Amino acid sequence: MASPVATHAPVALAASGLTKRYGDRVALREVSFAAAAGELVAVIGPNGAGKTTLLSILAGIQRADAGSVTRPPREIGWVPQQPAVYSKLSVAENLRLFARLEKVPDSEAAVARMLAQTDLAERADDELGTLSGGNRQRVNIAIGLLAEPPVLLLDEPSASLDPRQRARLWEFVGAQAARGTAVIFSTHDVQEAERYADRVLVLADGELLFAGTAAELAAAVVEPGGGDAAGPRDFETAFVRFLHERGH
Amino acid sequence: MRWLLLKDLRILRRSPLLVALLVIYPILIALLIGFALSRGPDKPTIALVNQIPKQQRSFDVAGSKLNADEYLPSFLRSVNVVRAASRADALKLVRDGKVLGAVILPSDITQRLETGTEQPTIEVLYNGADPVKQRYVDSVIRARMAEANVALSRRFQQATVGYLNLLLSGGTLNVLGRSVDILGLENAHAIVAGAIAALPPSSPLRTSLGQVAEFGRLAIDNLGVSRDVLRSVGQPVVVRQTIVGGRRTPLDTFAAAISVTVSLMFLTLLLAAGLLALEREEHAFSRLVRGLVSRLGLLVEKISLAALCAFAVTLLMLLALGGFFISLDWGRAPQWLLALAAGAVAFAALGVAIGGLAREVRAASLLAFLLSLPIAFLALVPNGAVSSGLYDVVRAVSAAFPFKATLQALDAGLNGGGGLAVALAHLAALAVAYTALARLALRRFD
Repeated sequence: MASPVATHAPVALAASGLTKRYGDRVALREVSFAAAAGELVAVIGPNGAGKTTLLSILAGIQRADAGSVTRPPREIGWVPQQPAVYSKLSVAENLRLFARLEKVPDSEAAVARMLAQTDLAERADDELGTLSGGNRQRVNIAIGLLAEPPVLLLDEPSASLDPRQRARLWEFVGAQAARGTAVIFSTHDVQEAERYADRVLVLADGELLFAGTAAELAAAVVEPGGGDAAGPRDFETAFVRFLHERGH
Repeated sequence: MRWLLLKDLRILRRSPLLVALLVIYPILIALLIGFALSRGPDKPTIALVNQIPKQQRSFDVAGSKLNADEYLPSFLRSVNVVRAASRADALKLVRDGKVLGAVILPSDITQRLETGTEQPTIEVLYNGADPVKQRYVDSVIRARMAEANVALSRRFQQATVGYLNLLLSGGTLNVLGRSVDILGLENAHAIVAGAIAALPPSSPLRTSLGQVAEFGRLAIDNLGVSRDVLRSVGQPVVVRQTIVGGRRTPLDTFAAAISVTVSLMFLTLLLAAGLLALEREEHAFSRLVRGLVSRLGLLVEKISLAALCAFAVTLLMLLALGGFFISLDWGRAPQWLLALAAGAVAFAALGVAIGGLAREVRAASLLAFLLSLPIAFLALVPNGAVSSGLYDVVRAVSAAFPFKATLQALDAGLNGGGGLAVALAHLAALAVAYTALARLALRRFD
């Protein structure tokens, strides 16, 4: 994603001191960050880092033990990792159902708008169960956008998609960001984070280790034996080394 | 919640096979149970050898004619009869397993009955291939024999009472075609009393005749009560039935109540458990509960839908049963409708608890199915069928599930007799408890 970090854009969402414990285990430890309108923020980290927990708290699915979020869940669009849609309902019926549950003022207009944006108007009457994984994910994201939320949360949105479907997905998400929606997504694919995110948040063991651009993360890594300020050549290597340097 | 209800109805409408199975299967099971409870076993087949010569089938008991053929139909009801020509034929039929047993009426049965002093004997042969049916044939024959004995003893009793009356009051007796006048004790007593009165006071015959008159009076008094004594001998014990701790429910109506309750249980449990588990399986749960609908609201929606669907289906079933098999008391319609609705809600609450615990549609359906049959069977264990300690355990376990309470409510609703309010309160408590359990189980959905 070529767009620069929207540092001067208004803050769409801010989290402060988010902490979550499961018994003795700390899943999130005082995580604070902000996302600007139109900004694409990637949350990356190893398995069990707390990415999904962070997004679940931001979405209002889970409650934090401590900390706060500036927006209520109703103002945040949520796209879970697995398409949260009803396979026995058609595309339009799924959109209509959630538009009504979201109490969108003109649900039919919202459905038509999302069908147009997802290029699924021709398949509006098809049951979800008959669609490809990519199209199901588009409907999944469209449902998150029905109420035109200022913030969109995506939990590993490209996990089950092939490269072509991924490209279409990011094109769609990028268009939403271009409209001013702050997009926060978690991913295992650090290359994807580097390519599409304006900023990355690195989580490990529930702790926020880094918040900045991919280039800044790469630059923060010391080359083995040399201390080269330019850092390693590829972002994935830099990311792994970054975690290693911080004991993860 | 309205949109979720409509969504679930639409999903059900698009799953016709599932819905058909959900409706047909429990109804079939319920009808099978109902038939099994309301009807006895099939009629067993027995062979009959009637060795009584045709000319001897009519016989005389104390002056009145009886015909053995008149007794046979009632004697042989509840069994299918195969006529056998001889004892050997009957024995072969029994040995070959073509009949379960054989009844042999000996040729001298009517002659012996006619004497009134010799007991005739009926021979019964059994086939031991099927112990259950053998026992059934045995009990049927014993029951019919008891009825025949009662009928015959009544005729003997009538004849004896006739003789006693003749002896007491006098009259005419036919002996070998000749009429014989019988004076009777009362007349004899009157004659003796008259003779005593005609004697001079100092007559020595007075004492002797006085003894005869006293004997005659004693005989008259005792013969007067002997008719009642004979009646007691004919039927020494009279049964008077009193229903304690329940009501007199016709077996067919009770079977219908069981059938409807079984259907209600299967349908509601499977539907409620499946519908809730589906929300998680479709990954929609997390999307729904983040402000679109509360967790409790989601449970209430599933309970309402499952209860509504099951109520509609079982109501139709009850109406159909009322149209063909049992008599529905329409004056009590509010009571049985309320019982059906309360049962549906309680079962639906149990269903969502199962759905919440199982989390997957298939696991939820399997769990609901596996739970259903033991719940029903435990609730149907009658008092006295097991030891009192075990029965207390069975009763406690049954009380924890809605089957027994629904059956009691439906039975009370259909047949009256009280107990409806207690059963409804029990169902309401179970509905609340299972909804609370389901709410706790939803934590596992997150």
